[in-house]
Amino acid sequence: MRARGIENSPFRWLLPIAVMAAVILAWEAVVRLNDLPAYILPAPSRVIETLIADHAVLLASMLVTLKTTALALLVAIVGGVALALVFASARIVEFSLFPIAVILQVTPIIAIAPLMLIYLSTDTAVLMCAFIVAFFPILSNTTLGLNSVDPNLRDLFALSGASRLQTLLQLRLPTALPYFLGGARIAGGLALIGAVVGEIAAGSAGQGSGLAFRIVESGYRLNIPRMFAALLLISLAGILIYAALSLVSWLLLRRWHESALQSNR
Amino acid sequence: MTAGSPVPPRGLAVTAVVDTPPAPLLRLEAVEKRFANAVTALKGLDMEVRQGEFLSLLGPSGCGKSTALRLIAGLSEPTAGRLVWNEKEREPHSIGFVFQEPTLMPWASVFGNVHLPLKLAGQSRRAAAPAIEEALEMVGLAGFRDAYPRELSGGMKMRVSIARALVTKPRLLLMDEPFAALDEITRFKLNNDLLEVWRRLNCTIVFVTHSVFESVFLSTRILVFRARPGQVSAALDIDPNQPRDEAFRTSPEYAGLCRDTSLALARAMEAGESLSPVPRAG
Repeated sequence: MRARGIENSPFRWLLPIAVMAAVILAWEAVVRLNDLPAYILPAPSRVIETLIADHAVLLASMLVTLKTTALALLVAIVGGVALALVFASARIVEFSLFPIAVILQVTPIIAIAPLMLIYLSTDTAVLMCAFIVAFFPILSNTTLGLNSVDPNLRDLFALSGASRLQTLLQLRLPTALPYFLGGARIAGGLALIGAVVGEIAAGSAGQGSGLAFRIVESGYRLNIPRMFAALLLISLAGILIYAALSLVSWLLLRRWHESALQSNR
Repeated sequence: MTAGSPVPPRGLAVTAVVDTPPAPLLRLEAVEKRFANAVTALKGLDMEVRQGEFLSLLGPSGCGKSTALRLIAGLSEPTAGRLVWNEKEREPHSIGFVFQEPTLMPWASVFGNVHLPLKLAGQSRRAAAPAIEEALEMVGLAGFRDAYPRELSGGMKMRVSIARALVTKPRLLLMDEPFAALDEITRFKLNNDLLEVWRRLNCTIVFVTHSVFESVFLSTRILVFRARPGQVSAALDIDPNQPRDEAFRTSPEYAGLCRDTSLALARAMEAGESLSPVPRAG
């Protein structure tokens, strides 16, 4: 009962907004009262000013980062799902290839990035960084989903004389969908991290034009307000990606999956 | 009562049946099923399923009755022995199977779930619609075609599951403890509706249960299974002309049949508990 009270009351929205506003106001107050210079800690108002003043550069950079992230995510989805399908149809492939996927996953991407920048063009290297981190959650979640078919439903399909393709399309893929979407949501956030890491590694070499590169560049110039502005946009990009993937997930699952249901208990 | 069938399961003839037994739909001959983990579920199982009967397989858990059902469905193969079908009855899609759980696809509507067997056979939604509507009407779910499984109660889900098994108009309906998870009121109602469906479709039903009362109420014949190894321990006939209604449920005949069946089950369980091979009850 109490839980439902919180769920439905306007406080569910008002409280987090109020807390956020309080933090920002406190930050503003600290900067103004102590008369802190912008190169030590810019006030939120100053960050917004910079954002507006430099919007042409920053938004163009945001677009670059978003494009890289989206493309990496797309390739990770296509590749991850395709490999999961291969894994699910031949366990021997799974046994053979899974360790490589795990190694790629557990090795910190920041450590791989410099090598990538040697072998690949800057853009490709950044894309590759984002792809590598986004790939694994899609692969492992989709594989798990494809192998989570209700055994009775599998029997029912066999009994009805379903072909392998029919079983895949009408049973295994729908079963895997919620798992895949969960993986995609994680992968979206990771792809952004991968892109940022790639850009920072490339940016320190004096190349690139994404948001992370703007941060590195502004850091060299001690343009702290712009660093904050770029950081704000990276957070915004992350929220955007998460929201978009959540929306897709909700649209696909709202009619049937537990995760998308409004509880009326 | 089983004179004439080559491998008669000997058992208690509870009610004298004057009619000659109908032709067998299939026979299981000396069937053995051993699983990969060396568990022997069935050994020396001889039984037959007769045309048009309502046959219950009754027994304690682990006696292999569900395994027997899966063998009949063709979902697994016996490790020894054989199944002999009356050939003209074995057409594709002539078997309907109802599992213990409703086993519905959560992503599909009631209509989509019932459509499944026909869809897999290549029938479009439009072509299959009349058969689907008819099956839903038979289980009393005519108004629920667009609902999703999560919106239904346990009893209604089971009705959808039965409609899905009926949509192909099977000659043989196999049911694996379909009502075990339902409350008694819902179960009684589904029992009545199932008998109605059986009469309307004129099909053969093999019904696995561990409820003596359910098996006596529904069946025209009961095979009592024993465990270790799983095989038929007793067979009981119940007059097929007996009306199965609420009056029957409270009649002395029903009570008597339940007592006889319970007795046969108790004997089967004793046999399953002793480790030495025990002669079959009869």
